[in-house]
Amino acid sequence: MFDDSNIVVGLEIGTSKICAVVGEQNADGQVNIIGLGQALSSGVRKGEICDPEKVELELRTAIAEAEQMADVEIRSVYLGVTGNHVRGFNNRGSHVIVSADREISDDDVNDVVKNAKAINLSAENTHIHSIRQNFIVDNQAGVTNPVGLLGARLQVDMHVIHGNANRLQNAIRLVRATQLEVPEIVFNGIASSLALLTAEQKELGALVIDIGGGTTEYVVFSDGVIRHSGVFAVGGDHVSNDLAYGLKVSLTSAEKLKRDYGSAFVKEDAKDQVLELKGNHGLAVKTLNLEHLQRIMHERLKEIFEIISQDLEKNGLSGYLRAGVFLTGGTSRIPGIDRLAERVFQMNVTHGHAATLGGITSALDQPEFATAIGLVKYGSLKNRQRPTQSMFGFKGMVTRLLQRS
Amino acid sequence: METPGTPCLTVTTDKPNVKFFGVGNAGIVMLDAANTPEFAGAAFVAVNTDAASLATCGATVKFHLENKLLRGLGSSGDAERGKALAEEQFSNLKDACEGANVVCILAGLGGGAGSGIAPVLARAAREAGALVLAFVTLPFDCEGNHREQQAQQSLEHLKVSADGVICLPSQKVFRIIGEDTGVLETFSVTSGLILEGLRGVWQLLTRPGLIQVHFSDLCHLIRDRHVENAFAFVEATGAGRSREVVEKILAHPLLDEGRALAESGAVLVSLTAGKTLTMAEVNRVMSEMKRQCGQAQIIMGAAIDAALGEKLCVTIIAAKQSHLPKLEETSRTATARGGVSLTATNQAELSPSRPTRPRRAGAKLVQSQLPLSIVSKGRFDKSEPTLHQGEDLDVPTFLRRGVVMN
Repeated sequence: MFDDSNIVVGLEIGTSKICAVVGEQNADGQVNIIGLGQALSSGVRKGEICDPEKVELELRTAIAEAEQMADVEIRSVYLGVTGNHVRGFNNRGSHVIVSADREISDDDVNDVVKNAKAINLSAENTHIHSIRQNFIVDNQAGVTNPVGLLGARLQVDMHVIHGNANRLQNAIRLVRATQLEVPEIVFNGIASSLALLTAEQKELGALVIDIGGGTTEYVVFSDGVIRHSGVFAVGGDHVSNDLAYGLKVSLTSAEKLKRDYGSAFVKEDAKDQVLELKGNHGLAVKTLNLEHLQRIMHERLKEIFEIISQDLEKNGLSGYLRAGVFLTGGTSRIPGIDRLAERVFQMNVTHGHAATLGGITSALDQPEFATAIGLVKYGSLKNRQRPTQSMFGFKGMVTRLLQRS
Repeated sequence: METPGTPCLTVTTDKPNVKFFGVGNAGIVMLDAANTPEFAGAAFVAVNTDAASLATCGATVKFHLENKLLRGLGSSGDAERGKALAEEQFSNLKDACEGANVVCILAGLGGGAGSGIAPVLARAAREAGALVLAFVTLPFDCEGNHREQQAQQSLEHLKVSADGVICLPSQKVFRIIGEDTGVLETFSVTSGLILEGLRGVWQLLTRPGLIQVHFSDLCHLIRDRHVENAFAFVEATGAGRSREVVEKILAHPLLDEGRALAESGAVLVSLTAGKTLTMAEVNRVMSEMKRQCGQAQIIMGAAIDAALGEKLCVTIIAAKQSHLPKLEETSRTATARGGVSLTATNQAELSPSRPTRPRRAGAKLVQSQLPLSIVSKGRFDKSEPTLHQGEDLDVPTFLRRGVVMN
């Protein structure tokens, strides 16, 4: 009756919430978001599962809600993964063209890609993505399709993202335990950037920063390909924790204070302003200094951006970001965070919008959902690609996406 | 690290006479690496078919196996030739082993000399009445089928002719080295690992022990088992060093992340530390080993070496459970030795109620520490710290940067 092969679901098991987004793909490959389910998450710390039982319960709630809203049965999900153990690096593969006429053939391209993929990961690590970047033919960089060109040496850069095998497997097993299939795991940072960036922005060069509850992921695109990615386990939880420590209040109150009075800068009118923290009975139990609150948040957020900025500087990427910086994730709601990022990065910073899929209403266009929406997009690209069976995996798909849009 | 001048009063009476044999090019490299004051008291013998490598070797006794047929080209990678040469000189080899209690054979299997000569030498040494331990490396996968086969064959022979084989498949080293480790460095890593195994045995035999391992214990552990041994050497310093060594042992790639312990039939644990070694530390390491090794027979030794300072070193040699010995082996054991050794199989029968796998997932006793650090990490107290360039990012930023709140 209902063919659900065109249903694509993205699932993010985040530190603050578990979120499932359902997309429906039509015959042209276009995707409409038709459902969303979420549940508060309490068994995840720093993006990694620490209480599987709680997570399973909350996962079922989120999936049930999404099924109800979209009126479909969810059978498989594209699962987002993150955590401090996830690392990305570039690896260059090289291949000498041996044919007499020096023309580069499909086989040569396959060989060089295979060479670039051959990396030695330590036993406990497993790779999540190998994403092809541009080809280099005899030191001529930026070749997108070398087949048919003449050359003596073909090289290609591969961006490899890898993580701890056991920890990744934990998340997959947990989802499988709820009778859901996991066709693929996707690094959260890549999912977010897929949701936010247009092909043009990827071509120009952009940095996507997803500041979530427990982790911060960042991905750099330039010339249409992923140049760099990273993640570190600092997020909104740390902001709340700093507040709880610095203001000597409970974590729950700190969370609430962050939402109600948070700011990335110390505002002029906050100087010497005093807040009253009210207890359950409505009486003031504690007075706090608003300036201190905002100062603590400012320091933490500034540090997050500085860590990313230093990493980009180290990899020589700061000059490539012509489309600027895009912020997303729940923590990017803190007022003034874009101005703070602008000051650290010295470039244009905007809040990203998941504008690349259909059916996204204002209710869905929230920074918290960017990753899950990106996962749906990733899944839809995979589906669309399936009949053609590209050899280049995800990167092949990205180039195709570029050519299409 | 060793001070050879220290009088070892407790052991002089039964200090065994040890001879190290380096066989083949790789074996001689390892022998040279071992030829340090640390192993003073042992005799070093180099055996090879290649004159050039013998010439550069610093061993006291050198054996050049050569005949006219080879025209000075060595064994040219053919184990059969190596074997034939060694058989020819069998009586000489046996003479060289005369008087030794323990003969350690160092060889890299896969080539002609190492694979061919080592099993014959092991047999000669045994006939001379010594306990024979072979420390061998297997070739890397990339060295090709031929060498791999030759090495495997030689290993089988060695298992039969030597009392114990401590074997390091070079391929396992890939788990230790990184993507950017150089070739030279890699080879020094492999010979370093072999040396660590050697050192463990040596320390066991020669150091004055808090808890002495007698030479006979070692014999009992390995004699007539004819099995492959896994070994590991770990060290740690600082307050939690006993816990740290246990963690390192359980994560050691050469022990298959600790699985080798669970599958072993007999385990030798040797602890060496400075004067600060406490009985509690010995106990902590040993109780954890006991838990991990399940039904294995454990022999432990603890020794003091003032030169180690704050370091705690642990050497583990785990003999695999001898599964159904081959026919020739059993007959040989029964006739030639006639000794009764408690093998792992009948030990298992003695304690049928014990689980075959050790309780790994069971509640681990973890010594809790008083939360004395003043800076609390709040909700991240129990999670893995987020470290960035040596800074713990879980600690509030304003504290680390010293922002004053007035």
